[in-house]
Formats: sequence, C-alpha cells, structure tokens
Amino acid sequence: MTVGADTLAASDTPLEIAGRTFRSRLILGTGKYKDNQTMVEAITASGTEVVTVAVRRVDLDRTKEEGVLYHLDQEKWSLLPNTAGCYSAEDAIRYAQLGRAAGFTDWIKLEVIGDEATLLPDVDGLLQAARELVDEGFKVLAYTNEDLITALKLEDAGVAAVMPLASPIGSGLGLLNPFSIRLIKSRLSVPVIVDAGVGTASDACVTMEQGVDGILMNTAIAAADDPVRMALAMRQATQAGRLAYLAGRMPRREQAVPSSPTSGMLD
Amino acid sequence: MDNSNPSTIAVTINGETREVPEGLTVKDLLAHLDLHERMVVVEKNREIVRREDYGGVGVDEGDAFELVHFVGGG
Repeated sequence: MTVGADTLAASDTPLEIAGRTFRSRLILGTGKYKDNQTMVEAITASGTEVVTVAVRRVDLDRTKEEGVLYHLDQEKWSLLPNTAGCYSAEDAIRYAQLGRAAGFTDWIKLEVIGDEATLLPDVDGLLQAARELVDEGFKVLAYTNEDLITALKLEDAGVAAVMPLASPIGSGLGLLNPFSIRLIKSRLSVPVIVDAGVGTASDACVTMEQGVDGILMNTAIAAADDPVRMALAMRQATQAGRLAYLAGRMPRREQAVPSSPTSGMLD
Repeated sequence: MDNSNPSTIAVTINGETREVPEGLTVKDLLAHLDLHERMVVVEKNREIVRREDYGGVGVDEGDAFELVHFVGGG
C-alpha cells in the first residue's frame, strides 16, 4: 500500500479552530529568516496553512518593500497577527486592534509577556487581555504556560485555542513537561496548540504524541542551517506524532517480551 | 521646500518629530511618506483611523501618528 496524502487525510480529522478547518496541524512563524525567499520556501515545504506575523512601526527611512505581506500569498496562507513584545494587557489589546485594522483577519495570537529573560507569560495580563479581546469579537489564540488552571480560565474566557509552551520561546529545549500538556489536553474542549520551544523534528513528534491538536513553531525552522529541509522534517514529524497518537502506543513494560514464538525451538 | 506651499506643521510620526505640509489628510500623509495605504495601519493620537476614513481625517499641528505594518514574527 502506498501511503500518500490521501491516506494521511483519511486517517485523521481536520484541525478545527474557530469554525475553520485545516489539513495541516502546523502553524509557522515568519520571524528570523535570513531572507524572504527562504521563508517562503520553508513555509511551502512545511505544508502549513496559517502563518504568524508581528505588528511593528513602518521604518520611514527605508523602502516600502520590507513589509512581510509583499512576500506572503494570502490565497495560500492565512495570517495570524501576534502581540509579541507586549508586556501588559493594555499594550496587547492595542496591538491586537492594530492587527485587526489591517483588514485581513480577526484572529489574534495573544501574548502578554511577564519577563524578558524567559519570555514567560504574565498570566494576570493574559487573562485580562483575553477576556477583553473576546468581548471585542476577536478569535483569540492564547500563548500560555503549561498550567492547567490558567488554561481552564482561558477556555472560560472564550478563547478559540489555548497554546501552552513546550519550553521557553526560542529556546529549542523541546517538550519539558509532557504530563502537564497531556493534562491540559485532557481537560479542554477548545484546541490545544503547543506553541514555542520545539527545537528539532523529534520534539515535534513527541509533542504530537501527547495528543495535542497542533504545534506552532518559528525558530526551530528559521534558525536551522537549512530551514527548508527542517520545515519538511517538521511536517513529517508532526504527521508521524499525530498518527502515533491516533494509533495508540503499546504499553511500557519493565521486562522484555519476546517478539518471536517461544515454542517450536530445536532441541 | 515647495515655495507655493511654504507652511509646514510639526507632527510626531513613529516617535520622531517631522515637518509636514499644512492641510494634509491621512491619505495625503501616507502619499507624502511614499507608503501604500493598503499595507499600513494608522493610529492618530492613540485612536485607530479606519482605512475608509483616511481621506477625511486631517493632520494637525502636534498630532502623534503611529504607522504600523506586518513584519515577520513568531
């Protein structure tokens, strides 16, 4: 049997966020690529359908070609503006409103950062901003830590997806707390997308094996020596981890169990 | 400076003080700065200016503008 794209699609349900469905369970950031061509090739290789972008001041003294929208075909990829770099609910709400005013989407990847060294979220500010943005009609995808209680409060606030971290943003340390991620997934109804910390393909695979709905990553691909190859690796690892989760792994045993028959041995 | 329009006003754009011609609308300001209006979001004195209002909202002495767009980010 040939395992092609159709077989993969038939073996899983699509990812659904805020009423929209996606075949890919990967969301990609667009930051830190060495050039725009590499970014576009990596995004294409990853198979993603959603890419994140940041809101920043226009540089008045440079060319008008620098905005990322000049390079992203919005027929292929939906935009997910973020509030990266915001350290208060007030700032995050302001950035979210600016992102929506661009006229492409009412989705927002909400980040409210609490600490520069770790970029860990400020939970109070995050919840406050999430509630306010949901009230304003945004579809909020909330970056958070791997804490169940915060995740439950975000779901109560009405977010479209909860996005716990695997490890700190840009760290590449992989999935540090699979137990907490499984716990969050087991208790939430909204999609759980692990956001941040994946370093290489095995991290993506192990993360998806926990049963989460998807992964958002940026640096692991952008900072790889060959981002396009890494994007393909991440695509396959995400699919492999998802399939392994759906397949249901064998139980762990502390003892060996022979794979070949123990009867029929020669005297 | 164009002698037929010698009057300029000082406004703040993205944190920098700039002299711009008097009597511009936001639409004119973007053209003056050589920016595509479809790619830029404008905040005037902390209030977002809707794109359909660019031609009707004026630029006045002392206004503070933020002109933002999407850049690569994670």
